[in-house]
Amino acid sequence: MKIVILSGSIVGSKTKTAMEHLEEMINKRDEQYEVVTLDLADYDLQFSDGRNYHEYEGDTKYVTETIMEADALIIGTPIFQASIPATLKNIFDLLPVHAFRDKVISTFVTAGSEKHYLVAEQQLKPILAYMKAHIVPTYVYIEEKDFLEKKIVNDDILFRMERLVDDTVRTTKAFEFIRKEEEAMYDF
Amino acid sequence: MEKYRINQKDGMEFGLYSLGDHISNPLTGKRIPAQQRINEIVELAKLAEQAGIDVFGLGESHQTYFATQAHTVVLGAIAQATEKIKITSSATVLSVSDPVRVYEDFATIDLLSNGRAEIVAGRGSRVGAYHLLGVDLQDYEAIFEEKLALLKQINEEDRVTWEGEYRPPLNNAEIIPRPKEGSLPIWRAVGGPPASAIKAGYMGMPMMLTTLGGPAMNFKVSVEAYHEALQRSGYDPTTMPIGTTSLFYVGETTKEALQGMYPHIDNGFKAIRGAGYPRQQFAQAPDYRDALMVGSTDEIIEKLLYQYELFGMQRFLAQIDFGGVPFDKLMKNVELIGDKIIPALKKHTKQ
Repeated sequence: MKIVILSGSIVGSKTKTAMEHLEEMINKRDEQYEVVTLDLADYDLQFSDGRNYHEYEGDTKYVTETIMEADALIIGTPIFQASIPATLKNIFDLLPVHAFRDKVISTFVTAGSEKHYLVAEQQLKPILAYMKAHIVPTYVYIEEKDFLEKKIVNDDILFRMERLVDDTVRTTKAFEFIRKEEEAMYDF
Repeated sequence: MEKYRINQKDGMEFGLYSLGDHISNPLTGKRIPAQQRINEIVELAKLAEQAGIDVFGLGESHQTYFATQAHTVVLGAIAQATEKIKITSSATVLSVSDPVRVYEDFATIDLLSNGRAEIVAGRGSRVGAYHLLGVDLQDYEAIFEEKLALLKQINEEDRVTWEGEYRPPLNNAEIIPRPKEGSLPIWRAVGGPPASAIKAGYMGMPMMLTTLGGPAMNFKVSVEAYHEALQRSGYDPTTMPIGTTSLFYVGETTKEALQGMYPHIDNGFKAIRGAGYPRQQFAQAPDYRDALMVGSTDEIIEKLLYQYELFGMQRFLAQIDFGGVPFDKLMKNVELIGDKIIPALKKHTKQ
């Protein structure tokens, strides 16, 4: 199973911090996965110009191809101006229309307050659904008060993040099982 | 319809078209040399003619995995190698060429072929040509509309006076040679969404509509929008032909067709679009309601007649060589098309 963790912002520390916790959590597990972390702050990405994703060069090509190879994608996003950051939306714009077919996607959100709790529900999930993702229904919403000095200090958040990883892995396995069962029935 | 060389008494036309893609055969992992690919395309056109297929089309894509950038040159070779099959582009990426040169080329092919040449002009669904030939994608739409209007004017007038933004003006210019019958059928290539269909209607041009897969019903919107736009522009829809196109693979049985096509369509989609063809969607494709033309001879006939009811098209073009399909498979498809599909299709669509 290839899991890609995508941090959707190029500024700030909360999403990055949560992503680091998440990566550590996954790597500590008994079951081993191939984990690739993509922090958009580390890459220089172009805006989508209508090309197929594999026709870009450099970082844009690397990031989109890595996402396309994933079985499961865990997206971390802050909230900017009552929505997801443009940097994350650009990733979606760079990818093909049904890019997330047969991929499981789960989400964690970081924000300054509880006021934007529904942004992921109302703005991020419809995009993922349109792109044919199997969406893990629940997400973890992490607020400013849950962090201290670039660490998550709210144990309840860490507990819920573990659950999110569980759900992601379980859902990925389930859909893989169903897909393989169906494909075994096809005679082509 | 005569202006577009369509005779509805004979029933719906059946044609083949190729993008000239040059992809390795997934079954062998090998890619044939470009020379062989181009020669096989000419050979395929000859076989198509012998099998009673009405039209052969070839397109241009100026990027990796394509071999027929000079599609007019290959169409010229096909003109020499054949006697009666109609020869068309599928499509000419008009935005990256000068309409005057395009018209000169196709008028010449028309003379070489004794009046068999046609143009399908499109914007292209890939951007390679724009990058290679230095056309700004920002002006993508405006450039195409201007060039298509000029191409149409050249087709309709012996002396052209024209002024636009993306090409130097023409002052009483004589664009020669003229085609055999004075004008060529020029179709507008139309993709999925109805926007281009509407433009084709307003401009009063035949429409070549691509229906690559998914429910065929989804494309009816484009046909209706096209007819409505034609009427608004003062054209009678019954005088304007529609063609549809799809990826195509026929077998003696459904299983043979599915097994024969899947590795190629999956491989081709991976190479060109970066994601394979979903197996589940492919498994459902032989259903008559799905636009992807894969199935037994009976299933293909049922699909074509269902679409004829839906769209009332005068021509269907099949793309049988996408994704490194080896020549023996192409020959088998052409044989089944000629023996089984065309006779049934003509019988049911003759007027």
